Amino acid sequence: MVRGLDDKIFNTIIYIILGLCGLAAVLPILYVVSVSITPFGEVLRNGGFILFPREITFSAYRTLLTESNIPKAFQITVLITVIGTTVNLVLTGLMAYPLSRRNLPGRNFFLLMIVFTLLFSGGLIPTYLVVKSMGLLDSIWAMILPNAVWSFNVLIMKSFFEGLPEELFESARMDGAKEFRILLQIVAPLSVPVLLTVGLFYLVGHWNEFFQAIFYVTDRTLYPLQVVVREILMQSQQPLENAENMMPTQTMQMASVMIASLPVIVIYPFLQKHFTKGMLLGSIKG
Amino acid sequence: MEANHSLTPAPRIRPSPRSKLIMILTLLWRFKAFYIMLLPGVIYFIIFRYFPMYGVIIAFKDFAILDGITGSSWVNPWYKHFQDFYESPYFSQLLTNTLLISLYKLIWGTLPPIVLAVLLNECRVRWLKSIVQTLTYMPHFLSWVIIFGILLTLFSQNGGLINRWIVEAGGTSIPFLTSTDYFRSILVGSEVWQNLGWGAIIYLAAMAGIDPTLYEAAKVDGASRLRMIWHITLPGIRSIIVLLFVLKLGHLLDAGFDQIYILYNIQVYPVADIIDTWVYRTGLQQLNFSLASAVGLFKSVIGLILVLGANRVAKKWGEGIW
Repeated sequence: MVRGLDDKIFNTIIYIILGLCGLAAVLPILYVVSVSITPFGEVLRNGGFILFPREITFSAYRTLLTESNIPKAFQITVLITVIGTTVNLVLTGLMAYPLSRRNLPGRNFFLLMIVFTLLFSGGLIPTYLVVKSMGLLDSIWAMILPNAVWSFNVLIMKSFFEGLPEELFESARMDGAKEFRILLQIVAPLSVPVLLTVGLFYLVGHWNEFFQAIFYVTDRTLYPLQVVVREILMQSQQPLENAENMMPTQTMQMASVMIASLPVIVIYPFLQKHFTKGMLLGSIKG
Repeated sequence: MEANHSLTPAPRIRPSPRSKLIMILTLLWRFKAFYIMLLPGVIYFIIFRYFPMYGVIIAFKDFAILDGITGSSWVNPWYKHFQDFYESPYFSQLLTNTLLISLYKLIWGTLPPIVLAVLLNECRVRWLKSIVQTLTYMPHFLSWVIIFGILLTLFSQNGGLINRWIVEAGGTSIPFLTSTDYFRSILVGSEVWQNLGWGAIIYLAAMAGIDPTLYEAAKVDGASRLRMIWHITLPGIRSIIVLLFVLKLGHLLDAGFDQIYILYNIQVYPVADIIDTWVYRTGLQQLNFSLASAVGLFKSVIGLILVLGANRVAKKWGEGIW
């Protein structure tokens, strides 16, 4: 059968291209891993290409974790991530729930207020001046408050709440429940999927925090992980005379890259479903 | 979205202003819990989103930190900072870089995800499909600092993998990351790498919505898989392709500040410096607040016009599609 053969060739080509796409996504990361744990002598011997090193050393990690700013920066990043995500979710949920009540007087005004910020912003400098005048410069709050609510996430959560069955609220209100109780005891448990999705996006945003630190923080002890890793990466931008000196730096650099990305890489596959859902929710809105 | 005007307003008994006020107040009182919930968020929006919009008036002033926003004196003529920017040698360079990088990213950011989505859609082996999806979505969650690190190990002039190969093969090393010839390709390439899989998600979802009977019918008619892709799959997602493309056009002035700031260096400013990076350096590094705000405002206003225009076009074309 000619068709069957055609189909087989067609399928094979598709599988090969897909496999290549998958490899292209993962190989650079594997390479970073292997550079970070391979003694630099072996890297040099193999012309730099090592995916499965014969000898493994964690000395770069040890040095980074004991003799650099990385542990301190790690703490800062964890702190920002935990406090920041909590603040984000509380504020976003508190905004989204009232706005999901279609009969709320002034609802359109508040919605317009949120949507307009998606279209227009005062820009970097005026925002900097606001953060400065609030006295937030050089504090961890400068990396949390200026982006405390993402307009988009309010809209995503709002449309999720709108989809909850009205009867639930009605019967709760009949029983005399206050709105705060309804939000906490009825809405919140039903909204775990959307809280997870929105929360994950906030969380990754905080973990990758870089720019608010660059803009608003000059105190080096408050630098988050990404800023410190970038400093380590910039150290070897200048050309070096001999290659032997350079290799440990590269090992160290890749180890710092791994420390900063490992949490995201490790948790991501388990939560992929929720990320994908968020992406689709968001694009339907937009 | 026209408002519904009824031609003949129903005659109504007008309540006295006093009782009307009381009615409104009782109505609002009934919703007080909701307003209390809204309060923290609204305060956030006023302080961090709307105060800066007021603050842009420093684009028309000579801002001095000691005098503050209100106290600083107005410039004469009011458009002085805009004129300075327009007449500076940066103007054409920044605008060219911004638009070119954006356009390259638009083109390269649209086609490959569509191809990947088609391939994933055609893939009949479940496990392969889900592995490829998981792997290709992942780079989206890596920060630009991490990607910068990856680019350094692969492309840097001393110690980068590619250059070590080139030198070993007897060539001379190429400064991929610091040369004006290669930098834009690095920008576009790393962006494609980061967002290839993530960009495919939405097309894949759109393909899932195509009526399966179309494929059945085509199979009966003896159409090949390739013909089915061309005549069923692609037309089926045409509207979403157009829609996303138009919406992205609205963000043409956002060439990717995060990425460029982290990857660029002084050698590549001629091809990589965009409006946003220049605003950052002029404002926060050289402390020329007013000029930087003016340029930022220039970008925000044109951006607003572009986005509104794009939304309009998208809506017009979108009619009948949704």
